[in-house]
Amino acid sequence: MKAGVACRMEKTNTAVLCRHCGEPCPNDKIVLGESHFCCEGCRLVYRLLDRNGLCTYYELNTHPGVSRRTPVRKDKFAFLDQEKMADALVSFRDADQTHATFYLPAIHCSSCLYLLENLHRLDPGVLSSRVDFAARTVFLAFDHHRISLREAAELLTAIGYEPYISMRDLGGSRSEPNRRLIYRLGVAGFCFGNIMLLSFPEYLGIDGSEPMLRQAFRYLSLLLALPVLLYSAQPFFFSAWSGLKSKFLNIDAPIALAVLVTFLRGGWEVMSGGGSGYFDSMSGIVFFMLAGRVLQDRTYRALSFDRDYTAYFPMAVTVLEYSTAGDPAGPVDSTGPAAGPREVSTALPDVRCGDTLLIHSGELIPADGILTRGDALIDYSFVTGESLPVCRELGEILYAGGRQTGASIELLVFKEVAQSYLTQLWNRQPGKTTPDTPGKPSFIHTLSRYFTIIVFAVAASAALYWQLVDPARTWDAVTAVLIVACPCALLLSSTFTNGNLLRIMAKNHFYLRNAETIEHIAGTTHIVFDKTGTLTDTGAPEIRWQGDQLSTLDRWSIATLAAQSTHPLSRALAAHLRPTSELLYISSFIERPGGGLDALIDGRRWTYGSQAFVRPQSAVSQPDATGAAIYIACDGHFLGAYHFSGNFRTGLDKLVSDLTPHQKLTVLSGDNSHERRRLQALLGDGVNLLFDRSPHEKTQYIRHLQRRGEKVMMVGDGLNDAGALGQSDVGIAIAADCGNFTPSSDAILRADQLTRLPAFIRFCRSGRRIIVASFVLSILYNIIGLWFAVHSALSPLVAAVLMPASSLSILLVTYGSSNVLSRLLLHDKDHSGR
Amino acid sequence: MSVIILLLLASLSVALIFLGAFLWSVGDRQYDDDYSPPRRILFDDQPSLPDNDHAKLTSK
Repeated sequence: MKAGVACRMEKTNTAVLCRHCGEPCPNDKIVLGESHFCCEGCRLVYRLLDRNGLCTYYELNTHPGVSRRTPVRKDKFAFLDQEKMADALVSFRDADQTHATFYLPAIHCSSCLYLLENLHRLDPGVLSSRVDFAARTVFLAFDHHRISLREAAELLTAIGYEPYISMRDLGGSRSEPNRRLIYRLGVAGFCFGNIMLLSFPEYLGIDGSEPMLRQAFRYLSLLLALPVLLYSAQPFFFSAWSGLKSKFLNIDAPIALAVLVTFLRGGWEVMSGGGSGYFDSMSGIVFFMLAGRVLQDRTYRALSFDRDYTAYFPMAVTVLEYSTAGDPAGPVDSTGPAAGPREVSTALPDVRCGDTLLIHSGELIPADGILTRGDALIDYSFVTGESLPVCRELGEILYAGGRQTGASIELLVFKEVAQSYLTQLWNRQPGKTTPDTPGKPSFIHTLSRYFTIIVFAVAASAALYWQLVDPARTWDAVTAVLIVACPCALLLSSTFTNGNLLRIMAKNHFYLRNAETIEHIAGTTHIVFDKTGTLTDTGAPEIRWQGDQLSTLDRWSIATLAAQSTHPLSRALAAHLRPTSELLYISSFIERPGGGLDALIDGRRWTYGSQAFVRPQSAVSQPDATGAAIYIACDGHFLGAYHFSGNFRTGLDKLVSDLTPHQKLTVLSGDNSHERRRLQALLGDGVNLLFDRSPHEKTQYIRHLQRRGEKVMMVGDGLNDAGALGQSDVGIAIAADCGNFTPSSDAILRADQLTRLPAFIRFCRSGRRIIVASFVLSILYNIIGLWFAVHSALSPLVAAVLMPASSLSILLVTYGSSNVLSRLLLHDKDHSGR
Repeated sequence: MSVIILLLLASLSVALIFLGAFLWSVGDRQYDDDYSPPRRILFDDQPSLPDNDHAKLTSK
């Protein structure tokens, strides 16, 4: 019932939407019951789920599926039959069952969760499955007598969740989130709460007639303070020590000193029976500071800022073995036809020079090689940002990193994977100077240095004063100064502010690697943009028709043809024509892989595809500046061609006018300068445009700017920017979808948020002001505390009130002001930007 | 008055049990994924685990 209603409602829209994936259906022929589908793949998934009673999948969310229009090759996961490669995914195996974890990038909603955890209903061989949504993985326990690892991967693929198995899995090192900080926080919280309770009797004036009880409470507090000192506060001691070793007084040094002094003084007081010490303040400080650090170090597990090439490449490739030698080197996986070469799945690191690789449609080229068979149509969007595929002829060199979008090709490897051009690009990045080095101290550390000096001065003068007036109270006063003046408030204000800023920006799809990046962004003086893929939109190319005037019927016919092909250009054209077209009935249809389509529509014969296919007679082609085009002929008469070119993102002029008052702008492009005039007109004269820059020259240009004292922010997307992203002070990678692979960077910005970059920069700048403001507030508290301390009148009760009061008010100030700011800066922009 | 000390020790050991439970639950990866558990519980037909000790093994 429900399904029927949904369908009818969808039909009133311009196009019928696929029940599975929500993409518009090219025609209404692919149906099952009352549901329409965009392709056979989607219908198959629906039928499989329907038969197994799993249609709740479609009720939890509308169109939860992933389009199955591009079918997955049948033996894609054949390599999982090999022990060595299977071991990379398997975590446990005994006589009856195997446990394995798959990374499924397609996981995105609760429907996915439902379906993947009900896998055992699709295949009884699966014993149980568990999704880790944050990491986008599914854990499978299966009976390997009934279903193999390969079949499990194929089952996941069949329902639309194709596992992503990369070369990195072979290394076997998956990073685990660091839980030690949380353990420390838990212990500190426990001790803090209990010491607080134990201190209450003292504060409320426990009866002096019970000395035994009072001593018991004090000793218990001392005991509870031990784990805080020895375990929870460890990070502060380590950091202070490593700072001191490199002769640098960082912010953790006075904190470590304060914690240590508080503990020693408290211990001495308890032992001598003189007082109760400040154990509650000490553990409270440690607890709040750890909480701030946990908040600030929150990581995004679905994102990765440090990807290397191994995460990008597949685990195995198909090597063709021409059976001249008797003994095959590797284990044989499947044998081809008797006369032809054998196809052997080989782990990528084992590929050698001289091997011939078979690259199927949609697969990556893992090593540099020479094209020996087939038509290469390579999508280098990850390397260069260019969205339109490039054609390569036989005998030409194919560089690693591209994705073959046409039919299968063969490739003779002449450089091993680790030496390929792509891998070298990746490896050439210089190590970024770590933010903790003395050379580039953050302003927090600079502040804390002055702070520490002042504290020591106050402590010294207090000591001097009491030495003259009442020497017995010197020790008292000095320790009290050191305890009270602990810069924990400063640290709290920065960690909590940064943590909150990171969280707010992540909500706006701007993900920073760590808190230091905020400061670097705030200090930017020069912004360098990459052109292709960054300023241009990878998704929708600009499409122009060149040729005869087309009638409506012609356009409809072309749209029908375009909808039949999975070629990227055709899909772009289909999306371009779809809103104004209806799809027609095709009476006969031939597809030439790598060439085009030959079809009969409405009694007319259409030829559609590459220039060589449509107009073989015009052998000498005039290469268009942009390169990519679809040629169309009807009944042997050439009509014209659709030309594709990069489309600049909307709002660039506003982006530039918002940025120019504060920063200098440069556009660095690897392309030739044929678009200079158009770009200069769009961006204005204030922007420096540089063309024909190789990846290496880009890096050098950034270094050149830095030598002039500029703080450079690099905004780029492709791997050709990887070196520049690493060299710059802040490297921002642009990604259409943040789960995609990005070169290693300091921040990841979702592509459609690029025009809000000025707002983000302003936001980071005001973050600094929030920290300074809350620091001033904490200084006020410190002055009050110091006033008590130098008078040698700091009772544990005063400390116990002052400490949480200052911490909590700082928390409120940072949270409140950063949230108000985000509303002012980010949301306001949001409305005017759209 | 020793009864107060006795009570104190009792309450502390209860608190210790809770601390232990917290540390265990962090180590058990219960806080790693904050998306699935609140949704998993809403599914009408709970994904049934055919054999309970498999579930135990999932946490390694």
